[in-house]
Amino acid sequence: MTPTLQLFLVVSATLFSIGLLAVLSRRHAIFILIGIELMLAAANLNFIAFWRFGPQPQPPTGVMIAIFAIAIAAAEAAVGLAMVIAVYRHYRTTNVDQLDQLKG
Amino acid sequence: MSRDAIDQIFIYAKQWLLTPLAHAPDWLVQIGSSLINIFALLGVFLTLFALISVLERKILGRIQNRYGPNRVGPFGLLQPVADGIKMLIKEDIVPARADKVVHFLAPILIAATAILALGVIPYGRNMTPFVIDGGILFFFAVGSTTELAVFMAGWGSNNKFSMLGAMRAIAQMFSYEIPLIITVLPVVMIVGSLTPDKIVAAQSDYSLGVVPHWFVTTPWGAAAFILFFISGLVESNRTPFDVPEGESEIVAGHMTEYSGFKYATFFMAEYIGMFAISGLAVTLFLGGWHAPIRALEFIPSYVWFLVKLSILLFVYIWVRGTLPRTRIDQIMNFAWKFILPMSFACIIAAAVWHYAGRGLAGWLWSLGVIAAVYAALSILLDTRRKFAQRTYRFAE
Amino acid sequence: MNSAAFAVISILTLAAALAAATLQKLMHAALTFAVAFVGIAAFFFLLGAEFVGLVLVFVYVGAVAVLVVFTILLTRRDVKKSERFNWGGVFVAAAVFGGLIWSIFKTSALAVAAPQIDSLTVKRIGDLLMSNYVWPLQCVGLVLTAALIGALILVMNDSEEV
Repeated sequence: MTPTLQLFLVVSATLFSIGLLAVLSRRHAIFILIGIELMLAAANLNFIAFWRFGPQPQPPTGVMIAIFAIAIAAAEAAVGLAMVIAVYRHYRTTNVDQLDQLKG
Repeated sequence: MSRDAIDQIFIYAKQWLLTPLAHAPDWLVQIGSSLINIFALLGVFLTLFALISVLERKILGRIQNRYGPNRVGPFGLLQPVADGIKMLIKEDIVPARADKVVHFLAPILIAATAILALGVIPYGRNMTPFVIDGGILFFFAVGSTTELAVFMAGWGSNNKFSMLGAMRAIAQMFSYEIPLIITVLPVVMIVGSLTPDKIVAAQSDYSLGVVPHWFVTTPWGAAAFILFFISGLVESNRTPFDVPEGESEIVAGHMTEYSGFKYATFFMAEYIGMFAISGLAVTLFLGGWHAPIRALEFIPSYVWFLVKLSILLFVYIWVRGTLPRTRIDQIMNFAWKFILPMSFACIIAAAVWHYAGRGLAGWLWSLGVIAAVYAALSILLDTRRKFAQRTYRFAE
Repeated sequence: MNSAAFAVISILTLAAALAAATLQKLMHAALTFAVAFVGIAAFFFLLGAEFVGLVLVFVYVGAVAVLVVFTILLTRRDVKKSERFNWGGVFVAAAVFGGLIWSIFKTSALAVAAPQIDSLTVKRIGDLLMSNYVWPLQCVGLVLTAALIGALILVMNDSEEV
């Protein structure tokens, strides 16, 4: 049984929901960033799976999008982590429940 | 014909070993072939590691005007056997509050990434263990995984010295990773491929039969080779850049809490990292397995590779015996202020060499570019400390 | 494409991702996060996009994972109480998962096997990057520079400012 496109999409959907689980149910800022990176990786896997299983020959658009997405995700991770450090310096906490000064 | 047979003797041996699998399905033959490659690689490099560990101590001893180890076996050459037995029978001490899983996995991961990097280097004609299209990128990807493993070693020991040593090691390693990659870029640009086999094939010609077309004979190649070699020294944490294992400062850095066989694994990973960087330097700049002059091409290709690798390893050991250790801030300054601009200059010089026709004019123009950047940097980075006028005071 | 390899890699990746999302100790979560990305890179190798897989290992395992680990070290409170796990998130994630799986299996056009392609060389990707995609390349360079400067400014000590 060779893996079909559906199997790859199932795997990436599972990865996406695991990332969503990490974002929604953890209260530590770094866990939320880990979840976001997992979701981005699942989307990249989707792009490359569709490129591979699509009608051939076709230009590798999916691969190029994945390359740019990896670069942007790395930049976003760096800035996000810098923000976590900056927030920690002021509030001494990384629990996102306690960052509610702008609320209400 | 017989010259070709000696040159390809390992390929024929592998095909002979695979004859029982001649009628097996394709994936089984592939797995068998990969396993033979892996075992051959491990056998050769673990033997070389054992030999280098005793030769290094002997060469360092001679540089310091003393004998090295000479008790065990003829000329002390069986010393690695004695060291191995000692490491194996030592008690394995794990700190009580250390993170057991992380502490256990760190030396394994460091050794694994070092050995993985050896898999893409061409050791002879048709003798690359694994041909990957982006082979150079694979090498650097695997090398960057080493940083995470070093951090695991430092953190898993639950020890402030280990943590400090791991932080210093990671800072040093990733500051020099960028120059390491940028000095490889001129070679990749001129060859037009990331595959080590094609890079070796691009250096196969000779001018007048005596001057090889290795990249080290061009000005940008020589500069890039020196910068690559220095960055390789830093990446493998060798003196003069062995701040992470500075014995006089932070005990043994991230390897403090490791005893017995795990310490030997760290040691092995450092040497195999050295072999991998030297092997890559030979592939990229020194012409891989090609002979230096056309008349000597009858000597098998793997012999030439081994000779060049040995020369580079000797230079590593020689530098270790000669230079003192640098400070961590001196190391970082050197990386960001000197090596990085010089490696960008190498890329520009390589482009100038290519577009000026790759001949004598190209050689002189690229030499001019490198000399101009070097002169500019040495004026801008004037690191002589300005001392006050010396005063003498005598007893009255 | 080998189905045994696919099964092994998918189990490894999903287990590591689940561990990264649900482990209590932060450092273990960060390290299993790195393992999950090695698994995803293996998927890319299986799909024939080797360059992207290597870039993934290089960027994520070599850089982002090290960043995450350093940030954990710098923002450590020695408080032993574990944080509250929000079970509502599990329901939402399960609902999203169910929706995606339903839509995947409903679309019958997706049950295709892999067609034969010639391997994607790095040279082809490089040619495309320099011809069709040169504007996105320059923009990504600008974004990365902006992110670098932004991250530096965010964590700079503001005791130097007068």
